[in-house]
Parts: sequence; C-alpha cells; structure tokens
Amino acid sequence: MDMIKQRAAISGIGQSEVGRRLGKSGLALTVDAVMDALADAGLEPKDIDGISTWPGLNTDIPGFSPVGAPELKDALQLNLNWYSGSSEAPGQLGAVVNACMAVASGMVKHVICFRTINETTALSQLKGKVASTVGGGQQVDGWAKYMVPFDAFSASNWVALYAQKHFHEYGTTREQLGQIAVNARRNAGLNPKAIYRDPITLDDYLNSRMISSPLCLYDCDVPVDASTVIIISRLEEARELNKTPIRFESIGCAHNSRYSWDQFDDLSTQALRDASAALWKNTDLKPADVDVAELYDGFSFICLDWLEQLGFCGKGEGGAFIEGGSRIALDGEIPLNTHGGQLSAGRTHGFGFMHEACTQLWGEGGERQVANKPQVAIASAGGGTLAASFLLTRD
Amino acid sequence: MIANRTMPVVDPSEAHFWCGGKEGRLLISRCQSCSEYIHPTGPICPACLSREIKPEAVSGKAVISTFTINYQAWFPDLEVPYVVAIVELEEQPSVRLMTNIVGCDLESVHIGMKVRVIFKQVDEIFLPLFEPEVTA
Repeated sequence: MDMIKQRAAISGIGQSEVGRRLGKSGLALTVDAVMDALADAGLEPKDIDGISTWPGLNTDIPGFSPVGAPELKDALQLNLNWYSGSSEAPGQLGAVVNACMAVASGMVKHVICFRTINETTALSQLKGKVASTVGGGQQVDGWAKYMVPFDAFSASNWVALYAQKHFHEYGTTREQLGQIAVNARRNAGLNPKAIYRDPITLDDYLNSRMISSPLCLYDCDVPVDASTVIIISRLEEARELNKTPIRFESIGCAHNSRYSWDQFDDLSTQALRDASAALWKNTDLKPADVDVAELYDGFSFICLDWLEQLGFCGKGEGGAFIEGGSRIALDGEIPLNTHGGQLSAGRTHGFGFMHEACTQLWGEGGERQVANKPQVAIASAGGGTLAASFLLTRD
Repeated sequence: MIANRTMPVVDPSEAHFWCGGKEGRLLISRCQSCSEYIHPTGPICPACLSREIKPEAVSGKAVISTFTINYQAWFPDLEVPYVVAIVELEEQPSVRLMTNIVGCDLESVHIGMKVRVIFKQVDEIFLPLFEPEVTA
C-alpha cells in the first residue's frame, strides 16, 4: 500500500452524458467520458499508456458492459504498456486498484480507468425483458446456478435477504432505511446530471410498491446509460498537470469469507465488511477524519452496511444512525452520496462514487458542494461478494 | 413462480445434489476424513485438505436463516408473490441453501422457522424446496 500512496494519484475525471435510453453506442459514451477526463487532467491521448476496466467486454447481459479495453484502445489508436479488463476483481472499482498497482510498479504513467454501461438502451431494443436480471433463459451456470433456479433472478432478491436478516437481528426498520433514499433524492435535486431530481418524502418511500421485501422501489437504483472515467497517473507527473492530485491514503479490498451470496458467514453483512476493515489497517486516519462519504447504494441496504462496517457507527447501529437523516445530510456530520447516489443520480456502477468524491475534494460540486473544503473522502463500490473502498486525500 | 424455471447446468461432480431427489434424498458432499459438509461440492476439503469427498444423505431438516417475498414480475409469465429463502441445514448450519418456501401462507414465513425438504422435479433435476416441518 505504501508504494501506491507514494507513487500513484488521480489526475483527472470524466463522464459522458448520463441518461435513460440515450440511444448511443457504448463506445461513443466511453470516448465522450475519456475526452472529458483528458481535458480535465490536461492530458492528450498520446500520453495514455494504460487502460483498466471492469468487468471487460460482456455480451451475456445486454448493455451491462458493451466496451472492453481493446475497443477503447482501437477507437483512439492508443499505444499501451499495460491493459486489463476483468470481472474477477474486488468490485467495480477493482479496476482502479489494478491501475494503482500498475502505476506504482513503474510499468505505466497514465492509466484510463473506465466503466461503461448502456443497459437501458440495450434492453429497450429487446422484447419482453424489462429489467437487469440473471436467468430467464434455459440454463444458468457459474456462481448464479445455486440461486437463479429458485426464481431469485435479481440482485434485488439477493440483497433483500441480507436486509431482512439485518432487520431481524438489529431491529432496523423501513422508516430508518428509507433515509438513504430520501437523502439521495435531496442531493440529486442539486445535481444537474441526476436522473430523478424531484424530492421524495419518507411517506412516499413507505408507500412505494414492494419489489422484494423489505426492499421497495425506492431502495433500488435506477439503470442508466453512462460512461465514467478516472485517470490514475504517477504522482510526480500528476503534479505537473491541471488539478491538485488526489492521493490514495488507503485502499481496502480484502475478502476473508466464502465467495458466495448464500454461504457468506454472516448474512447480515457482506464482503464489504472485510474491505472496510482492511481500509483502516493502512492509515492513521479515523472515520471521524472523513469529510464526505460516497458509498455504493445499488440498493439502499448496501449503503447502510457500508456506513456500519466503515465505522461511522457500530455494527447493527446503522438504522438508528441514519434515523431522521440529519447526520448524513450535506450539512451533517458525514455528508453521504452528495450527487444523489445510484438511487437518484443513476447506476454509473461504482465509478460514480469515486467521480463524486474527486468532485467534492476539488471543490467542484456547485450547489451540492460540501462546505469547508473537504480534505478527506471515502469512495466505495460493491455489494454482495464485491467490495473495494478508498480513502482519498488532496495532495 | 415461473412455469419454466431457469435450470442449472449440472456438472457430473454435483449431480448428486441436483438429482438426489429422485430417490427422495438430499445429498450433500461430505469429507470422509473430518466429517465437514462441503457445499457446493469441491475436489478437496477446505478444512483438512482431504480428497476423500463423498455425497451423503442429510435429514432434509433445516431452519430459515433469512427470506424475502418477491413481488416483482421480472418476466411476463412469472407468478408473484413467492418466497425466496436461505435455509441452514440441521446437520451443519454453515451449509446453506437458497430455495423457495412452499406449502404455507406467505405471511407465516419467518426467520427461525423449521422446514423440511421436498423436491420439485423438472426433467432430470429435482430442485430441493422446503415446506414447514409438520409438528405434532
């Protein structure tokens, strides 16, 4: 970790248009995001010598990952010293971990990390299939084969099982969990790129239709088309560019239990437990030092679990911690998901949290900017078997 | 539930689990050296590193560890609502099965509920589902 801390940094970020059924190709979105990030950093395509992406090209699930490293390389005719795209990483931002290690090793100078998704366009072109699911065809193999045959088609079902266990063990309520969604929507109202910007009340949340108990519609994020880019550069190179480098004070991506949704040793939490614990092993900073938290909320319960496991409150205390919503508001003790999260700003799938953490550390949040110039941020991504967390600081 | 479930691709090494219901038995891999149950099956016991792994019948009794009621019709022909649960086997609670709870009112399903296996046949495969354990 010390090598990454001393040698690697974020030099720029970029994002395409974010929207529903944009009708653009995944590669077009990706190039938009890359050009945006290059301009942000003050780099040109010829400066880039690495690409890292998650999960790599995937043609099994429509629009889930329409672009891999080779497609981006070819579109810009990049000369690369290293590249990687794989789903076998500690979560979506595992691609950033890989890039940090490649930069710290000295193999590359500037790595484009990206996540591109255009599920809403891809699904709109199919008949009958209306949501992100696994299965529905004839057969399923691999990690999902012990779940999908029991009509557990969606991550909504899998996360709902964990949420129910947490409710049972700790007395967590829907009234408490709903604050994750209400807070996200409140912040999204200040984010021009967010998908859903009209405020919702706790009553709206409680009255929304049930998807998979105890999770209702507002507990589930909104699929979008988008590409998001983070550029990882050598620290000394980043210092010569446009932005104040953002450094990796620590990274946590440990995984110490069964790699499985159903065999995991504690069904009231997830793999993020281990990724959270590992984050604090490599730093003298404490949760109280964190100025802003951008925590994965593909489902609201995942976000609650991150809050607990990262130590903003104790295990099982998350419901009480977020009750009323004031602690996690923009002016609260730990501003949470300041862009609206995936729940309201859209499923940029992990990368959006790091993008927003950088936006806040650079003071570029506009109306949603956290006051008093935040210096320390956490970005995290992943639920279920996937998890990585990052403690970020201004250089 | 859906008329045509998405079925698993069955590797020969795990055929006992998916097809044991044909004989009315729930078969789980077990280490013959240290007696640990191993699920899903594997080529080695992660506890003692023995390679002597064999399927053994378990009682089929289990406890609901957690559950969810799915209300969303993910596909046009999906009949909702229904219960998805994770159950812990009586013999070794760390062995868990994702499954459906059937044969009872949705409202009666709860964490800690005792259940027992029944099998739903789909061609060559016998899916282990669970229903409430009948108490005297």
